[in-house]
Amino acid sequence: MELSAILLQVLNGLDKGSAYALIALGLTLIFGTLGVVNFAHGALFMIGAFCAVTVQRLLSLSTITIDESKTDFLGKPLQIKTPYVESWFGESVGNALIDWSVPLAIFLTIPVMLIIGFVMERGLIKHFYKRPHSDQILVTFGLAIVLQEIIKAYFGANQIPAPAPSAFIGSFDFGSVIGMGPGKLLYPYWRIVYFCFAMLIIALVFAFLQFTTFGMVVRAGMADRETVGLLGINIDKRFTIMFGIAAAVAGLAGVMYTPINSPSYTSGMDFLVISFVVVVVGGMGSLGGAVLAGFVLGILESFASMREVIEFIPGINQVVIYLAAIVILLARPRGLLGRKGVMES
Amino acid sequence: MLGLSRNDFLMLLFVLFLVAAAPILLNPFPEGSSLAQFNAGYPDLMQRFLIFGIFAIGFNILFGLTGYLSFGHAAFLGAGSYAGVWMLKLLTINVIPAIIVSTLVAGLFSLAIGYISLRRSGIYFSILTLAFAQMSFALASSVLQPITGGETGLQTNLNDPRILDGANTTGNIPAPSLFGWEMRESMQVPVGDWLWTFNVGYYVCAFILLIAFYISIRIFRSPFGMMLKAIKSNNERLSYTGISPRPYTLAAFVISGMYAGLAGGLMVSMDPLAGSERMQWTASGEVVLMTILGGVGTVLGPVIGAGIIKYFENIFSKINDNLLHGWFSFMPDGLEDFMVAVIHPFVGKGWHLSLGLMFMLAIIFLPGGFVGSLHNVFSRIFRKRAQ
Amino acid sequence: MSSKKNVLSTPVTRRSVLKATAATATVAAAPMIIPSTAYGYANEPKGSSVTLGFNVPQSGAYADEGADELRAYELAVEHLNGGGDGGMMGTFSSKALKGNGILGRKVEYVTGDTQTKPDAARASARSMIEKDGAIMITGGSSSGVAVAVQGLCQEAGVIFMAGLTHSNDTTGKDKKANGFRHFFNSYMSGAALAPILGDNYGKDRKAYHLTADYNWGYTTEEAVRTSTEAMGWETVAAVKTPLSQTDFSSYVAPVQASGADILVLNHYGANMVNSLTSAVQFGLRGAQVNGKSLEIVVPLYSRLMAKGAGENVKGIFGSTNWHWSLTDDASKAFVKSFGEKYGFPPSQAAHTCYVQTLLYADACERAGSHDPCAVAEALEGFEFDGLGNGPTLYRAEDHQCFKDVLVVKGKENPTSEFDLLEIVEVTPASQVTYDASIFGGDLGSCNAG
Repeated sequence: MELSAILLQVLNGLDKGSAYALIALGLTLIFGTLGVVNFAHGALFMIGAFCAVTVQRLLSLSTITIDESKTDFLGKPLQIKTPYVESWFGESVGNALIDWSVPLAIFLTIPVMLIIGFVMERGLIKHFYKRPHSDQILVTFGLAIVLQEIIKAYFGANQIPAPAPSAFIGSFDFGSVIGMGPGKLLYPYWRIVYFCFAMLIIALVFAFLQFTTFGMVVRAGMADRETVGLLGINIDKRFTIMFGIAAAVAGLAGVMYTPINSPSYTSGMDFLVISFVVVVVGGMGSLGGAVLAGFVLGILESFASMREVIEFIPGINQVVIYLAAIVILLARPRGLLGRKGVMES
Repeated sequence: MLGLSRNDFLMLLFVLFLVAAAPILLNPFPEGSSLAQFNAGYPDLMQRFLIFGIFAIGFNILFGLTGYLSFGHAAFLGAGSYAGVWMLKLLTINVIPAIIVSTLVAGLFSLAIGYISLRRSGIYFSILTLAFAQMSFALASSVLQPITGGETGLQTNLNDPRILDGANTTGNIPAPSLFGWEMRESMQVPVGDWLWTFNVGYYVCAFILLIAFYISIRIFRSPFGMMLKAIKSNNERLSYTGISPRPYTLAAFVISGMYAGLAGGLMVSMDPLAGSERMQWTASGEVVLMTILGGVGTVLGPVIGAGIIKYFENIFSKINDNLLHGWFSFMPDGLEDFMVAVIHPFVGKGWHLSLGLMFMLAIIFLPGGFVGSLHNVFSRIFRKRAQ
Repeated sequence: MSSKKNVLSTPVTRRSVLKATAATATVAAAPMIIPSTAYGYANEPKGSSVTLGFNVPQSGAYADEGADELRAYELAVEHLNGGGDGGMMGTFSSKALKGNGILGRKVEYVTGDTQTKPDAARASARSMIEKDGAIMITGGSSSGVAVAVQGLCQEAGVIFMAGLTHSNDTTGKDKKANGFRHFFNSYMSGAALAPILGDNYGKDRKAYHLTADYNWGYTTEEAVRTSTEAMGWETVAAVKTPLSQTDFSSYVAPVQASGADILVLNHYGANMVNSLTSAVQFGLRGAQVNGKSLEIVVPLYSRLMAKGAGENVKGIFGSTNWHWSLTDDASKAFVKSFGEKYGFPPSQAAHTCYVQTLLYADACERAGSHDPCAVAEALEGFEFDGLGNGPTLYRAEDHQCFKDVLVVKGKENPTSEFDLLEIVEVTPASQVTYDASIFGGDLGSCNAG
């Protein structure tokens, strides 16, 4: 095996890991700290992804003119669509806007996800803090199905392409930078962007919790909700905001992921199980643990997918994440960085 | 009677009545009427009600009593199914060995997984069971294909050995049977406009469900059951008394795993196919949802929950626009189209939406599930009377 | 549901009838006893209508394809009952269908959700047979489901007309006397693709396979490997990918370094969209390896799902059963009739489902009965034309249709959102025909319930 092949899988692992970490980070804010088993977290990721699709659709809203010289599949005159943005801002600006619809969608995703998060917490989750976990599972699972089905009814079941801006098409040549020679170690630009974006969001969330008074109160609330309440601090309101932030993080993870995998209404469920595994392997109640576990599992999965490894242990690529989870949980009772007493009974 | 208290015995009789009369009770609408679509009294669905009922009863022994939430019980259902089909293929088409062996295989499998997973509790336990089940699923659909048939599933074939029956390679694949009574045989009794179908396989399932249900009541009321409840309510205090809870939880885990295997064995006895997706996390999740929906820790709840979910899956998914137009054809055209448009998103391909909404509404308004909240209502009434 | 449905439901054997008659005598409340002569075969239609069961994926990743199948079925029922413009009934070489239903009985239908899971598909099919009295089950969008439901129909004694299923096994290892497939299979894809690939990319190529880890993936990989290796290609590696995989980066990343200059993606549906997207992202297309330009091949195209891959399909070769841009009279008639009803052209899944329904109805007419065994006999060895694929044979030995196969390529300059594929070659049926015995399996004998 060449060094470049190994480095390539490290990059892949970091990239996968950043997706896992980002989703797990949002989940652990809700699940590991508020103590709510949120099965709708995958759906939040999926809605974020569909924000990108929505922005793309909005920007491509078109006037229809009929071109008599061409025909459509039924032999009728062809309808030519001209996006409004093109007729308003000129062709080049309009095209550029459509081209950049995924990054632009971030500006829609943040408010939409915050609102969804607030509404969800105030309208539903709030009433379930004191209910058993089993009730939380059922209600959030029901919510996840409902959200999915609404998306499916509107956007259909097939994947919808939401490509990255054309400026990011292509690969960065790590090989020539680190002196392995050109073409040896190529990595797609957008995946590098995703990794950096994930690191930025993770850093922001950590900084927010670490360096603001708000964050301090929330952290105190996680540790001992009752005492903080006795101090006359309205912890409920802060938890609502926390839930909104968690939803926004999930949504951002989703919106930037669309060029990597075209979104469909099932994208959330695909990530749901893995994100729970990541959170628990990281350790309940630990934000750092979730991020660490995300990267560990991402890198392991990448290496297990290598042909040389599969030939050595058939099927390892299918099970490596779960196998790693079992080994870690048996070796470390509370996951990588878990706190004692959180969700242990 | 039968070692049960009067209330429990009455409940058993009630269940006996329900399952015996289900072919009649589940077909309340006359054949050919527009509401006949809601009839559930056909063999496949009735068998499914009972089989998933058994699965959920078993799951409840673990989750309802000890509070250990396993997210991997589908693995035992799957293991039981595979064992069952192999018995039908290799040994005999008679279902008895299939059912027994699938229960035992699932028992052994759950012993191994339970032994490891029970070293942790709470969410860590849940994720361990989930991980084991997902591994089983992934391996069954890929590397273990020669044993499991992969994604296509394991089926009986014409040229299977069937050692005890003596192989026949002409004609049709024999159907699973009980001493010559084929599971798919039915007796149909038309009464007026109604049609009742009494199916052999259904009554085999019914007989086994009653036994399973009876055992479950006995476990719930036994000292062993009390011990399990103690583990749920106060694990720490229990360990101060010097009692190690692990043997008890492991026993509960294995029992519930055997119930799952039994359900798997019955499933392949009714319809000889075992597919790997039976082991997927969604299948594990389904039994969790069934139990919660019906009422965690109640004896009857899981069966009810299983029935409701299977009803949605099989009945709501089959309602199409054509049928809707039929129902509302008595209305003026505009109103008819409006009604169809209103209901359309919730049925047919939208049946998942109805299911999701039902989950949410049920748990918001009925904390503790259907039977759980029924309990609450009754106890409130009785308390009032006592005052 | 105005007409009273037939009171008989399947898996009822003659023996159980005798039991029923004996038992009803003891059930005093039962005023009516079923005459035992009623049981000619499973779900024999009694009234003025006949019920067909359309079992398609309505949830999960294939739901849109299932919805398109359902549209085609509804169209076929309309045409069979004499409605609409008759679609391909006008071009069909057999003129047995008169537009008055099947054998004079009005065609009714029930629908169900396969969820693309063998278990759920069988449950749905059983409910159609047991509850609704369906006499024929059709549909589905994956081979696992097709094989499972075909097995069920064999046991229950009804006809199964497969929908979209491409694995060799459906009419190979797992073939059944009651099951019929119009769609083409992996072997045919391989045989049709290889010469075109040779012409375009040369005979001296090194191929790297990524294969979805399930039945269809294996047969497709094998078919493409065999036919391309026969031509002189070398297979560098074949890696299995989990069916549930969504991010294929770690699988496509090592391709270029392996020295392969062709990447074959034995993936379908969402797998295909995701792996192709990843491969293009990693710059594999057009990368220079061994002095050649690296190319990607997708053995089975689905236009509906290729849409999800957007720009990435451009210039990529694959095969398909049928495409709406075909210009024969039958295809044109079908596209017109479907397009006018629904506003967009039909998919290949819709086409095969429509054709299967017509073929079944026609076989009933020619056999003069709904009896599955008579219908099967009428279908076996049936040669027909005018259903969009040119002259076609329903081979008696394995119940597989043999017809021309389309080799297609992702279109460089699509003129509309439906115009994703262009037909490169119509490979004649003779070139993709194989011996019926090569995949093993046993048809068994026809079961009439």
